Amino acid sequence: MKDKVQDIIKKYHDDKTRLMDILIDIQAEYNCIPGEAIEIIAGQLNMSKVDVEQTLSFYHFFTTEPNGKYTVYLNDSMVAEMMGRDEIARAFEEEAGTTFGSVTEDGLIGLFNTSDIGMNDQEPAALINGVPFTSLTISKVKELIAGFKAGKEVKDMIGQTGDGNNSDPRIMSMVNNNCLKRIGSIMCLEYETGWALRRTVHITREAVIEMVKRSNLRGRGGAGFPAGLKWEFCRKSEGDATYLVCNADEGEPGTFKERVVLTEMPEQLFEGMAIAAYAINAKEGILYLRAEYIYLRDYLEDVMETMRKDNLLGKHILGVEGFDFDIRIQMGAGAYVCGEESALIESMEGKRGEPRNRPPFPVQAGYMNQPTVVNNVETLSTVVKIMLNGPDWFKAIGTPESAGTKLLSVAGDCKKPGVYEFEFGTKVNEVLDLVEATSVQAVQIGGPSGVCINPEMFDRNISFEDLSTGGAFIVIGKDRDLLQDVVTNYIDFFIEESCSSCAPCRSLTVILRGKLQKLLNGHGTMNDIDELYRWGQFMKQANRCGLGQTAANPILTTIENFRPLYEALVKTDEDYMSEFDMSKAVEESCKYVDRVPNVH
Amino acid sequence: MNDKIKIVIDGKEYWTEHGKTILDAAKDNGVFIPSLCHVEGVKTAGSCRICNVKVNGRNMTACSTPVAEGMTIVNNHPELEELRKAIVEVMFVAGNHFCPACEKSGNCELQALGYRFLMLVPRFPYEFPDKGVNAESKYIYHDRNRCILCKRCVRTVMKDDKHVFALNSRGGEHIHIKIDTELASHLTEEEAQAAMDICPVGAILKKERGYYNPIGERKFDKQPIGSEIENK
Repeated sequence: MKDKVQDIIKKYHDDKTRLMDILIDIQAEYNCIPGEAIEIIAGQLNMSKVDVEQTLSFYHFFTTEPNGKYTVYLNDSMVAEMMGRDEIARAFEEEAGTTFGSVTEDGLIGLFNTSDIGMNDQEPAALINGVPFTSLTISKVKELIAGFKAGKEVKDMIGQTGDGNNSDPRIMSMVNNNCLKRIGSIMCLEYETGWALRRTVHITREAVIEMVKRSNLRGRGGAGFPAGLKWEFCRKSEGDATYLVCNADEGEPGTFKERVVLTEMPEQLFEGMAIAAYAINAKEGILYLRAEYIYLRDYLEDVMETMRKDNLLGKHILGVEGFDFDIRIQMGAGAYVCGEESALIESMEGKRGEPRNRPPFPVQAGYMNQPTVVNNVETLSTVVKIMLNGPDWFKAIGTPESAGTKLLSVAGDCKKPGVYEFEFGTKVNEVLDLVEATSVQAVQIGGPSGVCINPEMFDRNISFEDLSTGGAFIVIGKDRDLLQDVVTNYIDFFIEESCSSCAPCRSLTVILRGKLQKLLNGHGTMNDIDELYRWGQFMKQANRCGLGQTAANPILTTIENFRPLYEALVKTDEDYMSEFDMSKAVEESCKYVDRVPNVH
Repeated sequence: MNDKIKIVIDGKEYWTEHGKTILDAAKDNGVFIPSLCHVEGVKTAGSCRICNVKVNGRNMTACSTPVAEGMTIVNNHPELEELRKAIVEVMFVAGNHFCPACEKSGNCELQALGYRFLMLVPRFPYEFPDKGVNAESKYIYHDRNRCILCKRCVRTVMKDDKHVFALNSRGGEHIHIKIDTELASHLTEEEAQAAMDICPVGAILKKERGYYNPIGERKFDKQPIGSEIENK
């Protein structure tokens, strides 16, 4: 083992900041990261063992114990549960003969839960040895387990490949992209790869930034920071190098639009990255790809290779002296919080994905402490169209404060889930009509960290100034138990995904969850609802990053918009009400002395 | 003297210098901003969140935010007081803090802040964690249930240029600090004592040390925490 592990470390030049890659490669080799390997890494990189484990134990997909020759990670996000995930989980357990969170005795099959894998439009879905299996049925589960027992290759068990480029020989996945249902006016506009970059190199770097600034393009990841301004700040920061990072770590449950962009239009993304790199004068670009999308990696590498041959990446791009830019893919390893830009940078440096204190901002001191622009997949892809058609054309679409269009991942209780391109300013009602959602109780805008709105709010619109979303749009039907099925799932998600650095985020989430359960158990009082709301406010005030500040949103926004549901949990028809039920407490002892509880 | 800048804390003007954090600038001027994770001269963690102040109306941690000319800071404010007290309470319920019997009692910063914020009974239910103890190394007794995850030890306790303590896992009941017992076994008695001293609570104890100062002579027996700054 020693030689192999050392070779892997050498491949990354004994560089501590590449610890993620080292761990990923070792896990791929041994199906886990054994203690012996940790010792070798620690020795070679001059770290303590606990320091290596510090990074390792942060990421969901790293494991120190073998997790099965066939490792099933079944999505347990809210929409997955809506679509019958529990039934599928039971089928897996019965067929495999083991329970979730464990491996069969012979080491053949491991069953594990995982947070959203970006397939909410085709749940229940699972990753098996990194290969996505979607729209799972009980019979498919039986077939899969039989296949495992017969030693079949995972890739050979997918059956029919999906639509669009999912059937490309470089992908060959059963995923369906439900390809961009509405041909939108910006992202989906047809064009020829390279055209935008050709226009870009004819103007100065400053002029490119000026154009993006004038377009009013705002970051599509959720925060909505003006992209041009970000580039300008970065350009003005001093450093030895400048980096461009594309955030392809869409982990917000209910979001899957980047999966579709990466599958159907990666050239547009890479071209957008090249344009951004030209503007900020970055030589090195990094695409941080979430672990769940590893099935797209070879394909993306190949697309980049073609673009290098076409002189759209690499040295002297389009023959321009001094315009050198290339991209490498950095894989993640399962951590929602890494979608936060500074956590993503920490992760790229081989550390735990803990968001940084600001200032300094990434544009001042980001990756390797150098000026760094981190933009979302959708933002960078949109830049291409701005360069082609001009900032005024772009600005004319959408609303005054939210220029352009937004890709929405629509999932949940509707007939046509999938990815849609909408102009900013589109009303929730219009989206619901288009996706054929009837009998709607609520819509979760922006995933767990967003807001849960009631039908009275459906005439509000999707925009930064009204209902802001990074892309998720989850329809919740009338027959769902909003608090039990939705809110608890989301809070559990935040408990699991908190980086655990900030004290309130780490602990208050657990406390809020307990209080919610108390209400759900019928032991709550009106005061509990008020306290739940007040304590949730602490999260907003105290935490460092977007995850922590919004982790109480599932509770806060449902108390605001669905308060009667909470009040219905409080028993008011009893004379005296308490979270302590005396009758229940003495029930057992009464049984033995043959008495009936009578404590009044 | 060109580096001198003026800042405003709770309506009063103070002089300080560029490059300082709000926390240090306040301290120099006799203004106490409570904090737990901060260690002077060590890379900021900003993880306990107790030093939250309002900067131009926004909540920021004083330990991580550099001062700027004309910055307006609110430190004494009912909302902040409430928030800080709530965080202290969160820390009390998230661990097993049996103050009367703890070796650090009287010298513990968490306990001292509890007194300073007039905490009686925490409003939150106790979690009673079971994260275990580690007594495998020669001089150190590590009780994870008394840990508040301030990361002071993670950032400061080194042996042979390697970290003796590190975070492990994440989320809910899983997150904890792990001690490298092999490395910790090489710590000298003095280094082990320094590790105990850097810990604001009773999570890192030096073996065979026990109760050192008699009651009445402990660090926070005579004056509440922060007085040393305010009475300067």
